[in-house]
Amino acid sequence: MALLDIDHVTKFFPDPAGTGQVCVFRDVAFGVERGEFLTMVGHSGCGKSTLLNIIAGLETASAGGVVLEGREIAGPGMDRMVVFQNFSLMPWMTVTQNVRLAVRSAYGSWSRAQVDECVRRYVEMVGLAGAENKRPAALSGGMRQRVGLARAFATEPKVLLLDEPFAQIDALTRGVIQEELVRMWTASRNTVFMVTHDVDEAILLSDRIALMTNGPEARLAEVVEVKLPRPRSRADIIDEPEYARLRSHIIHFLVERSRHLQEQALAEGRGATRDLVPTH
Amino acid sequence: MPRTAAGRERLRTIVYSLALLAIFLGAWQALAGAGGKGGKAAGIPGPAAVAETAWHMLSDPFYDRGPNDKGFGLQLGYSLGRMMGGYLAASVVAIMLGVALGSSPALFKAANPFIQILKPVSPLAWMPLFLYTLKNAGQAAVLVIFVSSLWPTMANTAFGVASIKKDYLNVSRLLQLSWPRRFFLVILPAAAPAILAGLRISMGSAWVAIVAAEMLIGGTGVGYFVWNEWNNLALNSVIFAILAIGFVGVLLDFGLGRVAKLVAYSE
Repeated sequence: MALLDIDHVTKFFPDPAGTGQVCVFRDVAFGVERGEFLTMVGHSGCGKSTLLNIIAGLETASAGGVVLEGREIAGPGMDRMVVFQNFSLMPWMTVTQNVRLAVRSAYGSWSRAQVDECVRRYVEMVGLAGAENKRPAALSGGMRQRVGLARAFATEPKVLLLDEPFAQIDALTRGVIQEELVRMWTASRNTVFMVTHDVDEAILLSDRIALMTNGPEARLAEVVEVKLPRPRSRADIIDEPEYARLRSHIIHFLVERSRHLQEQALAEGRGATRDLVPTH
Repeated sequence: MPRTAAGRERLRTIVYSLALLAIFLGAWQALAGAGGKGGKAAGIPGPAAVAETAWHMLSDPFYDRGPNDKGFGLQLGYSLGRMMGGYLAASVVAIMLGVALGSSPALFKAANPFIQILKPVSPLAWMPLFLYTLKNAGQAAVLVIFVSSLWPTMANTAFGVASIKKDYLNVSRLLQLSWPRRFFLVILPAAAPAILAGLRISMGSAWVAIVAAEMLIGGTGVGYFVWNEWNNLALNSVIFAILAIGFVGVLLDFGLGRVAKLVAYSE
């Protein structure tokens, strides 16, 4: 059985007009194996960040549930930690204080020295030695997300949830941090669930990629395996035929099939329920 | 002539400021001199007379020759002590209530009508009620200060807490922070700039209210001093007291301004 089991999760949101409910996605089911890096790709509005928040325990599923190690999750917990798209660092805390907040929460019984040592190690690991006492406002986007990664990895969660972690980072820095993430993940072998709409990022990092159709009424269309050998680097994988095949498959999906499948789902959904669908 | 634009602006500010001071002193002197015998402004002391009184008062501020003759510094001390008692107690209560109101929109909506009714009431209107219940003028004055400094801090705290970014609260939920840690490490620092803005307004209204309250209760304090000097027809002292009260108010606000700088953060 998978470490993390997404068990037929459906999410409704109140309709913007206030007259009913919109189904964001329906009946999404898949498992994430221990030590696996699984990425969900889909257009904006398919509910992939909502699903991540449901796994994190910050939101609740309208139907179905999420099972971690055989137990249904009922809220946030230290066994899951999120790296946010907008970093979500405490702006009044320094780099060290931000990481320390998480470490102290994860290891309540640790002595001050143990906490300090752990914080120092992770701050160093993400290359922020020398910037320990800076506040987030004094850091670039890339450096801020390094703090986010340090904070998440330092708590050693069973599942690491990455919510478009590199979307707000400039393209050149993004590549560097992606490879740092690969290095940290290789060393820790955390189980990771990431959502993104960057296809190259998904292929570089993932073991498997879950493809969502467009929302509303999004569905999980398929899960493709990334058969590229690890360790991977951006420079190596772009010459692999498997990379080109995979990339073209995913992009075709995103450009054509994701909408076509949504139209099918909407046609079915209209017959089955009274769900209202906003027009774009 | 300073070379930078900022330097020139600073110079201009200083010149304007000195000009305003000169105009103010000139008008004051003219008013004091123009009264003549029987005029409305007759007997108003000019700047020089007040300066002399100030010098006299400040050279021996802490003497105590009985209930009706205490040094100005001593009176100021009584007022500050009274104000701090009421202000600090009110601040703690206001921050607690503000956090509660700010974290629960339903509670905020429920309490809002009551707050709106109580807010515009001059804190002095409470005085008879406090005198009746406490049977102690000094304590009643402290309670008046308490009321006067409650609302701005409470309203600002509620606003600050209600507008804390959801991201910070999400992180504290993910990290399963205990209630005290969430309060002291996340909610208070996140809302601190708004809370400090409220504390500054409250400090101002407390300092305004204390003078009036002390005029009513008598005995000690700058408010009583002003009233007592009026009864003595010592207008030099009254004018000196007005300036001194203003000066102390500025100092208090300056102190809180420094604290506000410490807790400010940018995202």
